[in-house]
Amino acid sequence: MTRPTPETLANSARRARAAVEQPRDADRPRAAATPTVPAVRTPVPAPTQVSGAGSLVRSLEALGVEVIFGIPGGSILPAYDPLYDSTVRHILVRHEQGAGHAATGYAQATGRVGVCVATSGPGATNLVTPIADAYMDSVPLVAITGQVARPSIGTDAFQEADIQGITLPITKHNFLVQSAEELPRVLAEAFHLAATGRPGPVLVDIPKDVLQASTVFAWPPTLDLPGYRPTLHPHGKQIREAARLMAIARRPVLYVGGGVLKAGATDGLRQLAELTGIPVVTTLMALGAFPDSHPQHLGMPGMHGTVAAVYGLQKADLIVALGARFDDRVTGQLGSFAPDAAVVHADIDPAEIGKNRHADVPIVGDARHVIDELVDAVAVEQSAGHRSDLDDWWAQLRDLRRRYPLGYEEPADGTLSPQYVLRRLGEIVGPEAVYVAGVGQHQMWASQFISYEKPRTWLNSGGLGTMGYAVPAAMGAKVGRPETVVWGIDGDGCFQMTSQELATCALEGIPVKIALINNGNLGMVRQWQALFYGERYSNTELGTHKHRIPDFVKLAEALGCVGLRCETAEDVDQTIEAAMSINDVPVVIDFVVGKDAMVWPMVAAGTSNDEIMFARGVRPVFDEDEV
Amino acid sequence: MTMHTLSVLVENKPGVLARVSGLFSRRGFNIGSLAVGETENPDVSRITIVVNADSSPLEQVTKQLNKLVNIIKIVELDPQVSVARELLLVKVRADRSARGQVLETVNLFRARVVDVAPETLTIEATGTPDKLVALLRDLEAFGIKEMVQSGTVAIGRGSRSITAGPALRVA
Repeated sequence: MTRPTPETLANSARRARAAVEQPRDADRPRAAATPTVPAVRTPVPAPTQVSGAGSLVRSLEALGVEVIFGIPGGSILPAYDPLYDSTVRHILVRHEQGAGHAATGYAQATGRVGVCVATSGPGATNLVTPIADAYMDSVPLVAITGQVARPSIGTDAFQEADIQGITLPITKHNFLVQSAEELPRVLAEAFHLAATGRPGPVLVDIPKDVLQASTVFAWPPTLDLPGYRPTLHPHGKQIREAARLMAIARRPVLYVGGGVLKAGATDGLRQLAELTGIPVVTTLMALGAFPDSHPQHLGMPGMHGTVAAVYGLQKADLIVALGARFDDRVTGQLGSFAPDAAVVHADIDPAEIGKNRHADVPIVGDARHVIDELVDAVAVEQSAGHRSDLDDWWAQLRDLRRRYPLGYEEPADGTLSPQYVLRRLGEIVGPEAVYVAGVGQHQMWASQFISYEKPRTWLNSGGLGTMGYAVPAAMGAKVGRPETVVWGIDGDGCFQMTSQELATCALEGIPVKIALINNGNLGMVRQWQALFYGERYSNTELGTHKHRIPDFVKLAEALGCVGLRCETAEDVDQTIEAAMSINDVPVVIDFVVGKDAMVWPMVAAGTSNDEIMFARGVRPVFDEDEV
Repeated sequence: MTMHTLSVLVENKPGVLARVSGLFSRRGFNIGSLAVGETENPDVSRITIVVNADSSPLEQVTKQLNKLVNIIKIVELDPQVSVARELLLVKVRADRSARGQVLETVNLFRARVVDVAPETLTIEATGTPDKLVALLRDLEAFGIKEMVQSGTVAIGRGSRSITAGPALRVA
């Protein structure tokens, strides 16, 4: 085991300076959707003559940016000179994709805007995946890219790519900066757009000659966004109608999505749920918005949701969707989804309402305001004696929960069970930590077998399903919340896509912990091959078991981390505890698990939620007469 | 499917048209016609889009359009209470023997001759899309050598203006 140099001298000196000037309020997530002009750091400097690059960096400082993730290159190079003296900490990643996901992990863990930086051409195109990822999961992200000088744009110049054009459909908005004078305003607009309304990624593309030009930096700028007016406050009439339906529904369900977390509405949600007694389901993007341990929580709905959550939505007579978007992974075959349910759909984005499922009561507004006003309106209904009896409904749901709990069978071949590993990880590490998953079986098991009790403790790539998300996102989360234990949970396929960022973690002093659920295969694809392709395992075997290539312990050590391996159930606890005792360097545990474990329950893609399978060949028995 | 005419007020900035047309093309809508120009406010351009679509997918596109930061307002114009016009320039074969008849057609449709050559006349006509279709049908008999049409531009009847007052959005 080699211990790496934690960080370079220069970096630590600069960081120390930054820490003196601006202490970080480390573990206090801020509400995401603060609909105001971004924070202005005091004292506001008098207008000064600077370069475009200087104006960029001064703007970032004025916007309160504490950290950015990036890699320099030709076109963005001018920006790195003023950055050298800045209070903004720059974390030099190994691949721009890592910068993008790190900024996303930072944003999701803290609620603040995450910032990544890349040069033109390949640097910018390497950001495309994390930008698309942030777009799908509504993450407040600002991506700053260098561009070739204005006279060269459109000439196929060296390292030129039309990143504004490329990212048009995957950004909330993007800018090609035309002059250095615009920079403070454009950056302030970018941060405002990213963080307010439905959050999302914003790209700012800056030509090199704009960075080099001489300009005057003045702050604060005036935002000029005449077409941008997110609706925050819901319509009172719609709220009252929703409350009326909630008071008379016999089989209601609160369907909670990621919007509730982003709006910081989790306290209100709990109040609403307890006031009404209505069962709650939380989507993959909303885990932690409502405590898993709460008796009203049915679990996660959807393709790999609990039987109770899937059935609850399916048989509901009223679905109250809060910051959720009726994604295909939740609804299954849309035409047969919740056939008897009236739908109250509250979302900050009007385009989500009625997109997939007709909304009987559409509510446009920020989830925090919506939920607070619903609590008041429900209280009014209740004081008028309107409250329906949910005992029968709860009896059915409790019965399902009892008969079809989340579980797994120990592998018959004696291999280590991945579900057991994750269950123990959650139990030993506890609900205060942040868990960051990649994409695939390990992600689903992590969502099922770890208990999430608090907001912003579960990060994953839900919408885009980006393999390789976990390591860099865990890095970003740890940077944003240095006092919190951050566990990345990754598969052997995912891990090999972005593991190089562990070098960044080792050098920059970012001690993340990675639980590698190594089953030697692209496990989720293999599961589908087992179920739907006659067990023809075409190109899913990765060789990490058979050939031990790579050897993840050696790889971890080569990247400056501690590498541990665990191959038996007996060793699981002590290996996790060993990892928990190391806090100065990143740790990777190679959990060598069986390749045949599957994720259950499952609603096969494109089929109805009525066809949910509890385990292979086992369909739950619903007593239809009860409904 | 029915024809819908959308008037879209946008910020007069580079790239806005690409954002708008991208939303239509991604969802497989074929834009029937499109016209762009400045408005009485030079910071604002107006795009008139004619699209053949069912109302439900069109509603989704309209909502997505509304999300574009550079878009200020979208109004669907009801053909009953709006005026829609296109501009047509058409080069028609018109030698000495046919010229009289071509000019007669031009007068009938209240069109104008804007260029004269020994063998051809170039005709300018404005009107509703229906009127221009009828004119072209008549001119086809003489031989159309070349033609170009603008997109439809449209404006609501009466004193109300879409550039003032609250945003009217497609339901």
